[in-house]
Amino acid sequence: MNSARTDDQEFSGTNSNLFALYRTMCRIRSFEERVGELFVRGQSAGSMLHLSIGEESAAAGVCAAMEPKDTFTTHHRGHGIFLARGADPARMMAEIGGKEAGYCHGKGGSMHIADMGLGHLGANAIVGGGIPAVVGAGLSALHKKTGAVSVAFFGDGATGQGVLYESMNMAALWKLPVLFCCINNQYGMGTRIDQATANPVLHERAAAFGLNAQTVDGLDVETVAETAQTMIDDARKGIPGFLVVDCYRFYGHARKDKSPYRDSNEEETGRQKDPIAFARNLLIESKISNDAELNSLDVDISAEMDATIDFTMGQTEPPLTSMFRDVYAPDQPEPEPLQTRLSRVLSRELPANGGH
Amino acid sequence: MTMMTYRDALRQALIDQMKADDNVIIMGEEVGRYGGAYGVTKDLITMFGETRVLDTPISEAGIVGAAIGAAMTGLRPVAELMYVDFIGMTMDQLGNQAAKIRYMFGGQIGVPMVLRTQGGTGRSAGAQHSQSLEGYIMHTPGLRLAMPATVSDAYHLLRQAMAQPDPVVFIEHKGLYTLKQDVDLTREPPAWGEANVLRHGADLVIVTYSRQVHFALEAAPKLAATGIEATVIDLRTLNPLDFETIRPFVEQTGRAMVVTESVLTAGVAAELTARISEECFDFLHEPVIRVAGEDIPISVSPKLEAASVPTPALIEKIARKMFQ
Repeated sequence: MNSARTDDQEFSGTNSNLFALYRTMCRIRSFEERVGELFVRGQSAGSMLHLSIGEESAAAGVCAAMEPKDTFTTHHRGHGIFLARGADPARMMAEIGGKEAGYCHGKGGSMHIADMGLGHLGANAIVGGGIPAVVGAGLSALHKKTGAVSVAFFGDGATGQGVLYESMNMAALWKLPVLFCCINNQYGMGTRIDQATANPVLHERAAAFGLNAQTVDGLDVETVAETAQTMIDDARKGIPGFLVVDCYRFYGHARKDKSPYRDSNEEETGRQKDPIAFARNLLIESKISNDAELNSLDVDISAEMDATIDFTMGQTEPPLTSMFRDVYAPDQPEPEPLQTRLSRVLSRELPANGGH
Repeated sequence: MTMMTYRDALRQALIDQMKADDNVIIMGEEVGRYGGAYGVTKDLITMFGETRVLDTPISEAGIVGAAIGAAMTGLRPVAELMYVDFIGMTMDQLGNQAAKIRYMFGGQIGVPMVLRTQGGTGRSAGAQHSQSLEGYIMHTPGLRLAMPATVSDAYHLLRQAMAQPDPVVFIEHKGLYTLKQDVDLTREPPAWGEANVLRHGADLVIVTYSRQVHFALEAAPKLAATGIEATVIDLRTLNPLDFETIRPFVEQTGRAMVVTESVLTAGVAAELTARISEECFDFLHEPVIRVAGEDIPISVSPKLEAASVPTPALIEKIARKMFQ
């Protein structure tokens, strides 16, 4: 695959951090484009699909700074984070398609995907809903002396939720190994941050809690990764942090949202802030890689992600018999299905006196 | 056998389980230095240290959310919600997160946590500190729900709750903390989820739980004096609900009364009544009767407060009417 290289420089691209981060970001974007396609085809299970195109540097940069033992929660726009963490895109796509082969056997979908093996304590469809869990994971890490850090990923919209401040306070008070990562894509659904936030300098709120608080420009994934590394190292030492990654949500809130609340000039300018294009230029300018190699990478990723669609389309939905499973642990009986109960009730034997 | 209070039995259960399992931690408002608003966690911080008994800020949603994260990463947190009336503050974490995590994530993981709280009337605590909100919990699939009436259950049910693989909401009754009974701490307790038949009578079955168990037991001898022998069933847990213990008594007596302190409409009493009616219709001589809290907020006036929920006299009076 490197045959297109014409110079005689020893190839170093795939060994570089930037190349790895770039690859992660490209895989995220490619995956999300395919997921969007799945949605348009009517093959995605959810009626809502939230893409993180434009926000890939946050996922790639922060996850690169995490260790395997670390845990995290995400929000409703979390595909990229899970992929950056090492998720199998085929099982992710299958979950988003509501298939049995998905990470949660088709019961979770895009907004409730999780995988304990990768430390993913769960995506969340409630804005801010997954944040306090990292406080508990931080307590566990302290109690069990695991050295693990727990990262809460959420959007700027979650800064309107009270539970965030409860969690920040507890993390700072107890010096927990926790990082709050706010991916500021400028929009909570259709409301721009300045229309919903009295002080849009979000890290100042965290600083008020005594958290190690910083904002980083999401245009440059290397800066995101370096900042995240420092902050996660600090968190591991008991200095919890709050990292804001500034970026722009390229598309609407959900797949079908055409963004009537913002004008096309703003979108055009916003989309200039593209971490993938920026990294690509940097890779070429600094001669870490070249066009041919990066094009070849694109082809490989496209093929990988096309295969996830093919995989998903070939999968089946979970069987109806699984519907009552996992409401409770197996020590408790599954809930009795309505029709079973009614058949039993309506075919009961009459008492000896014939009843009423 | 040991004579002890409901409060001390709860405390002993926490102590014994914390000794048995290093992963049990307690967290909540005033659980440490203060010792718990009702004294259940008194001195536990001295015994187990600040890392296992955490005084938290007044952040009910954050407390429950943190307990969820701790439970998902290997601890067995016992979070305390000072009053069940504050449960609205936690409802996203409890109802959307804790209750659904096992199901949404395809059975990968459960949330083995206990939310200890207390409810009910009896202390002139007013409309926001006296409610019986077990219906909110029973209405949420995925949450287990225990409500001990006796000192024995205060101990054994709490220890069992702390070993459950799913979230358990454990609602104590503020009017029972000083109740003193004999308890055998070492005996094998009834299985989790089993109801307890506390009195046998051939004429009427009274199905209840928590403090109303005592009210029903107080009414029963007076009913007996008028020739009505009542069976009294203490449900102990509302989820799981042990209907199979109820069934034969309804079939045998043909008369069932459901007694709850929670309000009448769309509540636990309604659910129990519907089940008994559906399952045992042909055996019933009378409609299933609900004796429940009035559909009103609780007043701070002790007189109005006492009249807002069932009393032994009310249970007796209505039971007698069922035979007229």
